[in-house]
Amino acid sequence: MSVLVFAESSEGKFKKSALEVTSYGKKVAEQLGTNLVVLTINSSESAVLYNYGAEKVLTVSNDALKIFNAKIVANIVKQAAEKESAQVVIIDSNANGLYFAPIVAANLNAGFASNVIALPTAIAPFTVKRKTFSNKAFNNTQILTDIKVIGLAKNSFGLVENKVSGTTEAFSPILVESNLVSTAIEQTKGKVTIADADIVVSGGRGLKGPENWGMIEELASVLGAATACSKPVSDLGWRPHSEHVGQTGKPVSSNLYIAIGISGAIQHLAGVNSSKVKVVINTDPEAPFFKAADYGIVGDAFEVVPKLIEKLKEFKANNA
Amino acid sequence: MKILVCISHVPDTTSKINFSENNTKFDSSGVQYVINPYDEFALTRAMWFKEKQGASVTVATVGNATTEPTLRKALAIGADDAIRVNTEALDGFTVAKELAEIVKNGGYNLVLAGKESIDYNGGMVPAMLATLLDFNFVNACIGLEIEGDKATISREIDGGKETLSANLPLIIAGQKGLVEEKDLRIPNMRGIMMARQKPLAIVESSNGKATTSIVSFEKQPAKSACKLVDADNVGELISLLHNEAKVI
Ligand SMILES: Cc1cc2nc3c(=O)[nH]c(=O)nc-3n(C[C@H](O)[C@H](O)[C@H](O)COP(=O)(O)OP(=O)(O)OC[C@H]3O[C@@H](n4cnc5c(N)ncnc54)[C@H](O)[C@@H]3O)c2cc1C
Repeated sequence: MSVLVFAESSEGKFKKSALEVTSYGKKVAEQLGTNLVVLTINSSESAVLYNYGAEKVLTVSNDALKIFNAKIVANIVKQAAEKESAQVVIIDSNANGLYFAPIVAANLNAGFASNVIALPTAIAPFTVKRKTFSNKAFNNTQILTDIKVIGLAKNSFGLVENKVSGTTEAFSPILVESNLVSTAIEQTKGKVTIADADIVVSGGRGLKGPENWGMIEELASVLGAATACSKPVSDLGWRPHSEHVGQTGKPVSSNLYIAIGISGAIQHLAGVNSSKVKVVINTDPEAPFFKAADYGIVGDAFEVVPKLIEKLKEFKANNA
Repeated sequence: MKILVCISHVPDTTSKINFSENNTKFDSSGVQYVINPYDEFALTRAMWFKEKQGASVTVATVGNATTEPTLRKALAIGADDAIRVNTEALDGFTVAKELAEIVKNGGYNLVLAGKESIDYNGGMVPAMLATLLDFNFVNACIGLEIEGDKATISREIDGGKETLSANLPLIIAGQKGLVEEKDLRIPNMRGIMMARQKPLAIVESSNGKATTSIVSFEKQPAKSACKLVDADNVGELISLLHNEAKVI
């Protein structure tokens, strides 16, 4: 018996979410009185995972896996789950995790709970709490099959250090055939993505036009934040679709979300309200965002944001 | 090309979310239902393949009779026919198994779905369906072109996009980008009239065993009031974020 976690790496390095699922998996293993096994593909630093509770790390090294293929990876996870007699399989909610986790569940004929935000509240029947109705509520879901597959929501558990003396074992799974071929990858390197950002700075229609995004980008850069926008801003072509956040865009679960010139429509709030702290800057004191925010400034973004940038630069200089 | 579009019948995005029966059921009173927005992108793309490339388009949902107006709306937008599997959609895996029967029996070679439904947000039905059928599958799809038997697909990845190629049969789980917001169609009077005549088949469920079960719901906890900072004193915001919220 075991708990199996898949820890995703990029160019050999673990993503923060990999350490988060490992931290979470360790606690689930403790609840079940069993060991944690972490599966990695082409990662060079498996020992890092010992710090978060990985008793055993399975390392797959294969150049054919340099480019992600959901079907192939899902099948590797299945083989690892069978080899380790996993009762619970845990996968993160990055783009790739969201893609292959349900395939793992179908492969294992297992019940799948996505968007899980906390440790199981019961072991028998196995019950987890999940985000639902696009963040407007939660549900408690029982997984009824022998093997359970969990998709852990981002930033919901955090990193918990839990040093163990682990072992690493090479694992050579069979690679299934796939005629789905990756032909090109375009990825901006070095830019913080909304999914990974601790801080997100977001602009709405109140900013009047794309030419005014300079100050949003500057504020983001001072904070080391990702930039985002409301839906009409991306529909109008002021910003790329990849920045659209909300119920029908990307979910945000950052530590800090700063909304500038955004009214706070229900669909917008649904996507951003799992951020821990929310700040709103808006000329209209009646804007619904003030009801959802922790801190707010009633004021004109064109005056407030440049001042904020200036003060933040001073603050950063003093706290460096 | 035979296209099946999977349609989920969901509360309108403006709906207030409430629960009944001691927080075990979603309270649908006063709630307007719509085509799941992600599925609407898929349906809109399917209409393009129908008009430009002569594809047939069937829409399907798993749900009870209350979902039929949503299917009729999809027919009014232009789908040729509709299928409803007559059972409550309670568990994503079971829904995928029901749809797998529909795809097998109907010989569809392209299945377009949305990346998740905005009610239960499972994000699992298209991937599970593809696995059950052993079809190629692409999640978070933001572009799809088909030529003959060959598909060119793009998907959103963290911080960018990936382009893929595959042969049909194929399943994609779509989102915005697959079509633009301005491409979405509002059914016109003629479409609505025609939709009444179009076939809507009701198929009995294969009664698969549920793999998960939602036992209760909880609302978001009430929030404390927003602390207002004067626009002339942004330094105070910085100190609150640093000392109180500890996020910078
Ligand atoms: C099916 C559906 C799905 C949707 N999904 C989403 C979604 O995922 N994400 C999303 O964001 N929206 C979504 N929407 C749209 C949503 O309903 C709102 O229309 C949208 O969020 C409003 O964007 P906004 O706040 O930028 O613009 P507005 O509502 O126009 O708000 C602009 C705000 O800027 C303020 N303002 C103006 N000038 C200034 C200034 N100088 N300084 C400071 N503030 C200023 C105004 O007071 C106002 O509050 C969806 C809608 C539908 C129907």
